[in-house]
Amino acid sequence: MAEPDKIKTEEFLINMGPQHPSTHGVLRLLVTLQGEVVRNVEPHIGYIHSGIEKMCEALGYHQIVHLTDRMDYLSAHMNNEAVCLCVENALGVEVPDRVKYIRTIFSELQRLASHELWWCVMGMDMGALTTFFYGLRDREKILDIFEETCGARMTLNYSVPGGVMFDIHPNFRKRVKDFIKYFRKKLPEYDQLLTGNVIFQERTKGIGLLSLEDAIAYGVTGPSGRASGFACDVRKHHPYSAYPFVQFNEALDTAGDTFARYRVRITEMWESMSVIEQLIDNIPEGDYAVKMKGVIKLPEGEYYQRVETARGELGVMIVSDGKKNPYRVKFRSPGFSNLSALNHITKGWKIADLVAIMSTLDLVIPDIDR
Amino acid sequence: MTNEELKTRILELAPDAMVTDGKQYLEAVIPAGVLHRVATALRDDPDTAFDYLFCLSGVDFPEYIMVYYHLESYRHKHVVVLKVKTDGRDKPKLDTVADIWPTAGFHEREVYDMFGVTFNGHPDMRRLILDEGWKYPLLKDYADESRIVER
Amino acid sequence: MAFSIYDFSTLTRAIHDGLAAHLSPLGVTAVEWVLVGLVLIIFIALFGLFLVYAERKVCAFFQNRLGPMRVGPWGLLQTIADFIKLLMKELIQPKRVDKFLYNLAPFIVIIVPFLTISVIPFAKGLQAFDFDIGIFFITAVSSVGVIGVLLAGWSSNNKYSLIGAMRSGAQIVSYELSIGLSLITMAVLAGSLQVSTIVAEQSTGWFIFKGHIPAVIAFIVFLIAGTAETNRGPFDLAEAESELTAGFHTEYSGIKFAFFFLAEYVNLFIIAALATTMFLGGWMPFHVGHLEGFNRVMDFIPPIFWFFGKVFAVIFLIMWFKWTFPRLRIDQILTLEWKYLLPVNLVNILLMTFIVMEGWHF
Repeated sequence: MAEPDKIKTEEFLINMGPQHPSTHGVLRLLVTLQGEVVRNVEPHIGYIHSGIEKMCEALGYHQIVHLTDRMDYLSAHMNNEAVCLCVENALGVEVPDRVKYIRTIFSELQRLASHELWWCVMGMDMGALTTFFYGLRDREKILDIFEETCGARMTLNYSVPGGVMFDIHPNFRKRVKDFIKYFRKKLPEYDQLLTGNVIFQERTKGIGLLSLEDAIAYGVTGPSGRASGFACDVRKHHPYSAYPFVQFNEALDTAGDTFARYRVRITEMWESMSVIEQLIDNIPEGDYAVKMKGVIKLPEGEYYQRVETARGELGVMIVSDGKKNPYRVKFRSPGFSNLSALNHITKGWKIADLVAIMSTLDLVIPDIDR
Repeated sequence: MTNEELKTRILELAPDAMVTDGKQYLEAVIPAGVLHRVATALRDDPDTAFDYLFCLSGVDFPEYIMVYYHLESYRHKHVVVLKVKTDGRDKPKLDTVADIWPTAGFHEREVYDMFGVTFNGHPDMRRLILDEGWKYPLLKDYADESRIVER
Repeated sequence: MAFSIYDFSTLTRAIHDGLAAHLSPLGVTAVEWVLVGLVLIIFIALFGLFLVYAERKVCAFFQNRLGPMRVGPWGLLQTIADFIKLLMKELIQPKRVDKFLYNLAPFIVIIVPFLTISVIPFAKGLQAFDFDIGIFFITAVSSVGVIGVLLAGWSSNNKYSLIGAMRSGAQIVSYELSIGLSLITMAVLAGSLQVSTIVAEQSTGWFIFKGHIPAVIAFIVFLIAGTAETNRGPFDLAEAESELTAGFHTEYSGIKFAFFFLAEYVNLFIIAALATTMFLGGWMPFHVGHLEGFNRVMDFIPPIFWFFGKVFAVIFLIMWFKWTFPRLRIDQILTLEWKYLLPVNLVNILLMTFIVMEGWHF
């Protein structure tokens, strides 16, 4: 009988190509396998690189907001908000409270929609194909609310430096409250469908561990990092917009495995609903925008703004030389750092676990490629 | 640590550094030669404990390329921005910090891809986003007749 | 017996006598074989088509949508349209495949269900072959299906197909053990391996009620093993789209792919039919002990309706599994069989033997 150590095995390379049902976008993974076990994962990105940072150098400050929608399209409003906040803080402009409340409510609704899509795709990747339809059905309701006010479902394009583009629709308050009431009943059902399922737990508990030190060293932020205990929620530690006015808990877990990342996102959905409920009835009256100059010029210097998107910490750095176009705009995207940890997390697990780990890291590739 | 204390600590590590209070964060321009030593010290020293590198970016200036390292400490919650200038714009080189903060592996590949800055000692110095053979797009003098229309 | 009015053997006997009047015994046998073969082929083809449509509708209703609705009233002609399309497709054959094995594999996979179906009693007197070792025959013949799967993966000359076929083959071979042992448990209760005897024994009550605890355990194990055997439901790693490999039938197109596809659904029918025959009484109506009046009422429904009703119930249950549960990983599938189902099965057989010896069943 041959002893296991003495059996000679070979490693072989498999390409999870740019077109693949579970890579969530155009991502190419070169996986080195030994039998079923993953030895190395090398991501190749750049298939959807649009040169957003270069384009920003030729546009005005009002215009660069519109490009940010397309980066992480599932958190489009939060990207817009990041750039607007950066410009407003650089100019020292104070926006009215009404604007802050509106922006935060939209951000939280978008976070709900993004986590909903993540949940339904996660079920689909695991093989529970029905979750896809349930999740999308509820996401449609949120997108309809967006469309009524902003005119667009996903790439909202609603914030501008100084405020928001138009006032909220008169139906907005009622529709949001109805949706929250409806969704509060649905989320426990979804919890039971996936979270309580023994097969799902067997496939996610203890898989793909990421320790706290590694999470900090690799810069894994957002729910993926918080599941390892990395308390990095920008809304809590560097609050902006209306977050200083609300009470909510930061969803943390210490296990650092796939199941913990899953649980953290579900908890975040509950917290988002709680934040929206605190704000929706108290939107102060006032202007929906401050009058800004037609052509914005930032004073010379570097400005950095941090925002919490559904994926993690988005950073916007604007280097200005006093002219009407920015000198350099850098977007620190959360997916970029999360992807850099993929190889470290997946080493030693099986191919089926690779799919599970990628779903819980929640990568959106245009965010990574910009 | 307050900004004053951080300033003293950085000046101890690198006497030639220029440390100023920026509009948001403490900024320190560090000579390229001492970058690796200063970065390791900033991470390992328990008083500073800068273990979270949250942004690594390059900016193209007329005489040099400046690389910004935004560092935060998880324990102490202070932030510092290290700025390092390369030696001119012709074949710029810098030391890598990928062995100090693993996230820099990807970020430095992107800076190489966009600006052409090679990092000494990087485990995998390849282009990340673009194909081989592209010039470096984020440089200010990047010209591409087929794709960019100059007016 | 009360339901002799629904006896198919009068029909079959009439056909037999009619033929014997005109042909020699050899001719009679030959014609009968051809007739039985034709009936089975047509039945399997139609049933396969119907099951594909049923799966799409059931899946759609679970997912809060309608399913096929356009082709024919309520989409009834959808599967026929799909199969016509598959028949008209070009048979793409990669250059370096092992031609003989590549062409042989789909045929093996589709012939096995025919063999198995021939021993299942659909109604009283409607059973093609009635061996005295019927159950043994079923387990023996259904094992041949694995060869088709492995041949398909090997001959495709494609590393992804090979990996898929290996996984699938390992899974099928493991779960056959559980199926066989469950069937043996019920054979112990019935006291015979002959299928018609097993069904006749259930005339006073279905085995799942007669055999109480061990029969229920055996039924659950049989359902799990049956779902895994047909590569369905939570055990469909080998052909899952969102996994890496596209399965052992990647390189097949057109009618050959249709064979694999059809074989999967006919296997599903066979598992359901076996479950019905062994646990739920076959074509026997639902009798409760000696309540004569109730039993007479139950007898009015023809046995063939009883049979198909039970089969559809089991099929619906298996389809329900697929659209609700996530997928298991390959090592978890094999662990489930070898570490959990097999010991449970072995202990169950002992338990059932003990109960039969002591007479503690109903």
